[in-house]
Amino acid sequence: MYLEAENLIGGYGGADILKGCSLGVEKGEIAVIVGPNGAGKSTAMKAMLGMLDIREGSVVLNGEDITRLSPQDRIAKGVAFVPQTANVFTGMSVEENLEMGAFLRTDDFTGTMEEIYTLFPILKEKRRQMAGELSGGQRQQVAVGRALMTQPSVLMLDEPTAGVSPIVMDELFDRILEIRETGVAILMVEQNARQALNIADRGYVLVTGENRFTDTGEALLADPEVRKSFLGG
Amino acid sequence: MSNALRAMTGFGIIGILLIGVGMFQSWNVALAIFNLCLISGVMALGVNIQWGYAGLFNVGIMGFAAVGGVAAMLTSQPIIYSAWQAGGTGILVSLVMVLILAAAMIFLSRKMRAGWAKNIVMVALAVGGYITIRNVFDPAVLAIESDNPAKSGYLGGLGLPILFSWLIGGVFAAGVAWIIGKIALGLRSDYLAIATLGISEILIAMMKNEDWLTRGVKNVTGLERPVPYELSLQESPRFISWVEWFNSSSLSGLSDDARAERLRQLVVEGSSIFVKLCYSGLFLSVLLIVLALCVLALASPWGRMVRAIRDNEISAAAMGKNVTRRHLQIFVLGSAVVGIAGAMLTTLDGQFTPSTYQPLRYTFLIWVMVIVGGSGNNLGSVLGAFIIWFVWIEAEPAGNWLMENGTAWLGDDSGLRAHLVDSAQHMRLMILGLVMLLVMRYSPGGILPERTRQN
Amino acid sequence: MIDFLNAFVLFSNFVLVPGIAYGAQLALGALGITLLYSILRFANFAHGDLMAFGTMAVILFTWLFQSWGISFGPLPTALLALPFGIAITAILVLLTDRFVYRHYREIKAVPIRMVMASVGVMFLMNGLVRFIIGPNDQNFMDGERFIIKARAFKNATGLNEGLALKSSQALTIIVAIILVSALFWFLNRTRTGKSMRAFSDNEDLALLSGISPQKVVTVTWIIAAALATVAGVLYGLDKSFKPFTYFQLLLPMFAAAIVGGVGHPVGAILGGFVVAFSEVTVTYAYKKLFTYLLPADYAPEGLLQLLSTDYKFAVSFIILVVVLLVRPTGLLKGKVI
Repeated sequence: MYLEAENLIGGYGGADILKGCSLGVEKGEIAVIVGPNGAGKSTAMKAMLGMLDIREGSVVLNGEDITRLSPQDRIAKGVAFVPQTANVFTGMSVEENLEMGAFLRTDDFTGTMEEIYTLFPILKEKRRQMAGELSGGQRQQVAVGRALMTQPSVLMLDEPTAGVSPIVMDELFDRILEIRETGVAILMVEQNARQALNIADRGYVLVTGENRFTDTGEALLADPEVRKSFLGG
Repeated sequence: MSNALRAMTGFGIIGILLIGVGMFQSWNVALAIFNLCLISGVMALGVNIQWGYAGLFNVGIMGFAAVGGVAAMLTSQPIIYSAWQAGGTGILVSLVMVLILAAAMIFLSRKMRAGWAKNIVMVALAVGGYITIRNVFDPAVLAIESDNPAKSGYLGGLGLPILFSWLIGGVFAAGVAWIIGKIALGLRSDYLAIATLGISEILIAMMKNEDWLTRGVKNVTGLERPVPYELSLQESPRFISWVEWFNSSSLSGLSDDARAERLRQLVVEGSSIFVKLCYSGLFLSVLLIVLALCVLALASPWGRMVRAIRDNEISAAAMGKNVTRRHLQIFVLGSAVVGIAGAMLTTLDGQFTPSTYQPLRYTFLIWVMVIVGGSGNNLGSVLGAFIIWFVWIEAEPAGNWLMENGTAWLGDDSGLRAHLVDSAQHMRLMILGLVMLLVMRYSPGGILPERTRQN
Repeated sequence: MIDFLNAFVLFSNFVLVPGIAYGAQLALGALGITLLYSILRFANFAHGDLMAFGTMAVILFTWLFQSWGISFGPLPTALLALPFGIAITAILVLLTDRFVYRHYREIKAVPIRMVMASVGVMFLMNGLVRFIIGPNDQNFMDGERFIIKARAFKNATGLNEGLALKSSQALTIIVAIILVSALFWFLNRTRTGKSMRAFSDNEDLALLSGISPQKVVTVTWIIAAALATVAGVLYGLDKSFKPFTYFQLLLPMFAAAIVGGVGHPVGAILGGFVVAFSEVTVTYAYKKLFTYLLPADYAPEGLLQLLSTDYKFAVSFIILVVVLLVRPTGLLKGKVI
């Protein structure tokens, strides 16, 4: 696969949170990680980004082993990440947020910015406003936009729909589908498992730091056991 | 090395060094250093309560020590009736007015709704009240200060034995700490540091300028002593016979004249040593009492709670502990101990001189003691106080000597050499700053680290 | 009418002009404190002594230039020495960052440890300054002293009161305006400046965007060193240089930074002027002013001084206390650099 993590074991220095989980995503695909609270979903994603100590296992990006690289180096290699909270610069304008997303780029990025404004038209309207003054949904758009400014090949989203209304959530998922069309590999952690699996090409159900089920989103939604235990019937 | 062994070695080395000073310099010098070691030890304990128990950073130790010093002066000086007659009423009236004004402002700030009206009323009240009070206060101050200005010119004190002042100094310092803590605790952690820095500067400024209370830079000298005076000892037949008995072997082989002369010298020397020993006894008992209380407190349930709060404020707060309240309590307690030490220091000096309060000596040096000794460890702070005070005193002659000899090759008429020799005293600052930074970084626990709590 | 004019000139001469100059000096210092606070997240207690060190470096260069016979015409030679002093000061702060603060950043120490380390640095710098230049007053102002002399003003206007404008005061205001505009341009328009704001706003996200923390920290220290040096030199030209006075400036500068809202550059400038004007107006004796303004029968008797000048530090402290009690976040809300 384009980005693949195998048999990750590790945690934040204390007890292991991940006990051998494997994840992966292909370009032009959406992979969704679901599971109960404390299953290590976000931790697994952060491990792929290099934000915690991995004792065992490997992360491979496009055939290259990146297990030992720092988050910054991984970002330079085309991995982008949208954290769950505090994911915009609240004291900076929308446009400055996008500029900061492109901080590592030395070429002209006005084209990318236009693309993002086309994807999220509301941001163009509010580009002079402070990101902190925007609504929750608009902030998420800024956050995703900021991540896209590096023109990443992999986009990781940590619960992008946490705390937004169902309408906004649908809208956001639509945009994520649009991003997929551009050939980006999308890896996403989601609480709203049912809706997320609906748009997922690949689904991972994690329990206590291990893979429980792995299949296409459709198949997982159809699996009675998954439905019973994780989707509320 | 275990902590107990380290402590014994540390105090042992200091003991040997002090004895060395006694034998090669003089016993008077050794005892003078020892007495200040003891006072510094008490002060360091106070700071350790705040930093070691609660992580509160007090940059105003000087102010609290000075408050203790004022207490010593005010407690022991006789009442000056003429000054009270001249302006005492005015001072008391303005004091009452200040209280009324404060009460009114607190009352209004609680009752009135926020807004422009409230702000205007509050400011008007503060300014109006201030001007009114000054109108009562200023003539009173003038009257007091012109009452026999060469000799007194202030209200005097309470005329109590100076030993009381040690307690009163603690109470005064605790009061100041309570006000500062009320304002600055519970906000960002560095606000307390800034606020204490400010209050200590202001307290010193007040002591220098409020002549009616402290005589200002005219100083109050000749404070009463809790121990005998050298002169009266030298005249006391009993003391002379003690000295004679104590030195009988060295006196025995001398002729009568030489013997009388030698005895006189010994009595003079002995009297000053005796006085210092009396002080040592007093200070040592205070140090031991405070140390014992600190150790007991830290081991009690209260101490456990305090350490729990320090190690994780958020979870302690989640368990229903009122963190700010506890911090206030610790801050007040620690400052009280510093105040006691400050009163002891003024007692030892026998005079109150506001201009001698320097932040370097009274704030910074104490911090170096606590950090070097071991923050969080009571005995460690005391050990740190002993070591750093000894180094501080002995570093000056050593530094001068080093500079003199180290720059000898520059030649006597070298301007650079003269400058370096002149500046040698500032080397102490740099070196202690360096010591503080190095210990903080490479041995954050200090000489006697706090015992870790696996148990 | 003449009385009113006299009163106005008197007020300008003793309150307005000195207040503006002092405010600008405090504002530059407070800006440095606020910048360091928002990037390194601790209150730098060494800032006053940093100012002292920078000023000392400039004074030494000034003396060197004077000994070479170089002067700057009517302007103080210190202006020529300024870039060199800033460079030396910047090197010093970068060294302290490398050998002191970086360690605490790496182990993610609680902020109060950084504050404590800065107290250690404060004493180190204090000792260094006293060691090199001594603890005494140094006057290093040369060139033209006055732009407007009180006597000339009196002669020209025929008023009783003169208005003097010291060149150091004018210089302070001009330099402060230039420096502050440059700083705001830098923070709002340049890539590095924006990355500093981003870092202050959200450190983790800044890292995720590929912003290098070490670079941000380095640039911040250099700016703070430059601001501190300039503020110190302007203060020294205006009054005089004495290490202990500079240490005491710490409190008004902290007060200024907190009044405006820590981490808020505009707030720091506002705070600088609030503190300066409070200090000057509260310690000014209004007797003469009211003598002009009031009818002769009502002429005041006392000095009409609210607080003696010995207590000018109490003013910043009272402001600080009021802010902490009433509005701990400062006048301007929101933590942005």
